[in-house]
Amino acid sequence: MSQFAINIIFVGGSFLLYILIAIWAKAGSTSDFYVAGGGVHPITNGAAIGADWMSAASFISMAGLIAAGGYANSTFLMGWTGGYVLLAMLLAPYLRKFGKFTVPEFIGDRFYSRNARLVAVLCLIVASVTYVIGQMAGAGVAFSRFLEVDATTGLIIAAVVVFIYAVLGGMKGITYTQVAQYCVLIIAYTIPAIFISLQLTDNPIPALAMFSTHSESGMPILEKLNQVITDLGFASYTADVSNKLNMVLFTLSLMIGTAGLPHVIIRFFTVPKVADARWSAGWALIFIALLYLTAPAVASMARLNLMTTIYPEGTSAQPIEYDERPQWIQEWEVTGLITYEDKNNDGRIQYYNDANPEFADEAEARGWEGNEFSYNRDILVLANPEIANLPGWVIGLIAAGGLAAALSTAAGLLLAISSAISHDLIKGAINPSISEKGELLAARIAMAVAIVVATYLGANPPGFAAQVVALAFGIAAASLFPALMMGIFSKRVNNTGAISGMLAGLVFTLVYIFVYKGWFFIPGTNNLPDTAANWVLGISPLSIGAVGALVNFVVAFVVSNATEEPPQEIQDLVESVRYPRGAGKAVDH
Amino acid sequence: MSDANSNAVQYWKANLRLILGSLIIWALVSYGFAILLRPLLAGIPVGGTDLGFWFAQQGSILTFIGLIFFYAWRMNKLDKQFGLDEEE
Repeated sequence: MSQFAINIIFVGGSFLLYILIAIWAKAGSTSDFYVAGGGVHPITNGAAIGADWMSAASFISMAGLIAAGGYANSTFLMGWTGGYVLLAMLLAPYLRKFGKFTVPEFIGDRFYSRNARLVAVLCLIVASVTYVIGQMAGAGVAFSRFLEVDATTGLIIAAVVVFIYAVLGGMKGITYTQVAQYCVLIIAYTIPAIFISLQLTDNPIPALAMFSTHSESGMPILEKLNQVITDLGFASYTADVSNKLNMVLFTLSLMIGTAGLPHVIIRFFTVPKVADARWSAGWALIFIALLYLTAPAVASMARLNLMTTIYPEGTSAQPIEYDERPQWIQEWEVTGLITYEDKNNDGRIQYYNDANPEFADEAEARGWEGNEFSYNRDILVLANPEIANLPGWVIGLIAAGGLAAALSTAAGLLLAISSAISHDLIKGAINPSISEKGELLAARIAMAVAIVVATYLGANPPGFAAQVVALAFGIAAASLFPALMMGIFSKRVNNTGAISGMLAGLVFTLVYIFVYKGWFFIPGTNNLPDTAANWVLGISPLSIGAVGALVNFVVAFVVSNATEEPPQEIQDLVESVRYPRGAGKAVDH
Repeated sequence: MSDANSNAVQYWKANLRLILGSLIIWALVSYGFAILLRPLLAGIPVGGTDLGFWFAQQGSILTFIGLIFFYAWRMNKLDKQFGLDEEE
């Protein structure tokens, strides 16, 4: 059977499963549509959060990022998991006790202000739309690589599938498809990782294999990797970084941002009890960790594999001849994700760091005239089965897994966007007397429109789409997280304080990002070059969300203390979210 | 009412203490061991590298899982102890 047919079977089979689940889990009420009826088991919810959270970026790109940056890019591993500790202790149980449908609804009620609710809706939509574009584009790319259709056609097929289960089933359909998608993506990620571990070491568990002995050389994997790459002028994989302040702030921004992202928070509204909200945060992190503990292992071992493929006789010997390159390099060259240029016309693949001045002499002595080989970081995961010579069905599995990761996150984001529109804007502001049936219809229409818009933007990505980390995490960290946390932990923060804080955090963060990345990300409009030498105290625009959060907290407290304290019924509301007794299911008021 | 109030106040204080303790560990393993204190742990070897690297890529994630389950277990117990758990 051809690889194409295998891929069609895996992807088609997984899509059929999602559609069957959608038909089974049709939403009959607004409660079904927004919070899956509030009856999801914490372990089920944990798996759904895992799929909701792990996007195309986690599945496809993260291992490549770590492989390229080594220790320095551990920030993504800690940042994208540490946020769950904050969620479990600072937000999820109390927001579940509050028992409403959306994140802006809590902000609006707690700060007794329609304007606060609208600011939250705006932040939610900007963060979620930026995020969803990358998922849709990622789904399109996965289609075009594995199923030989063009990216736009692939994107439309993906959108139709999401449309069926998200519009029909709302949160209920999304929850159960996410559980299925989690299973698909974790199997797809783990199997090639186990194979590669067994090829390089004696240990089948990737997370342990990366710290064990390389069978061929008898050295520890990481030591061997360091030796190979530093021999070729690349930076050491495990080397410490000098700019620790930036590393701390970047990790902190990712953690706070994770905790403040609405599409993750609303998943906690679907469990029956406050205690379940706490448990499901733990289960979610277990399910996420299965991939996140494996990713750094894939990163180090796939990079070592790549280096030894090009230098089979060791780094001091000649690299392989271009004509003898393995099949998978030839296949990925067609996609443009691997490129080769024979600069010194010797027919061999010289792959080294030509930007390192200390290595220039050695390169010259060996007759090398520049690096000849480059690859897109994403292929470390996508081509992993081929690099490790795995059977065709594993490649089909990777295709289905990549699509599951992209679609499950897209669906969660689309639900956050559409519920903010139907529940916070239409019911909350424009037409409060709308019937439940009317609101359910409005929610379905909002979902349909959001899918069409996301599909269009996925096919024609605007400049800001590449700024997910800066924009989505920056906004969630600087505006939403502090407002939610203060709403629970302080009785003193009032409407004026909360709105001032959110706006101050938001504006501070956006301005710092725009100064380096261009105003509204329009190329050429940046005031300062985006390089470490120009950053204030060495803080990258990607790390500024944590500082924005601090600005938000400070402004909110100062302004609240200068103005009158919140009315008694609001202080009672804060009291009530703190204690689990009397929660009941998520309801509409 | 004042009795119920002081019970509730005690519960909330216990929760805050638990959160504070958990977040100290949360920060210690990630910002501490994995980043700022890494040079101090450089002498402890772990599979070809040092303990700080292990905390950055594996240890902090494992600690986070432990923290959340510990917190959930403790709080669910405190809910019952203070009579503030949800009625079935």
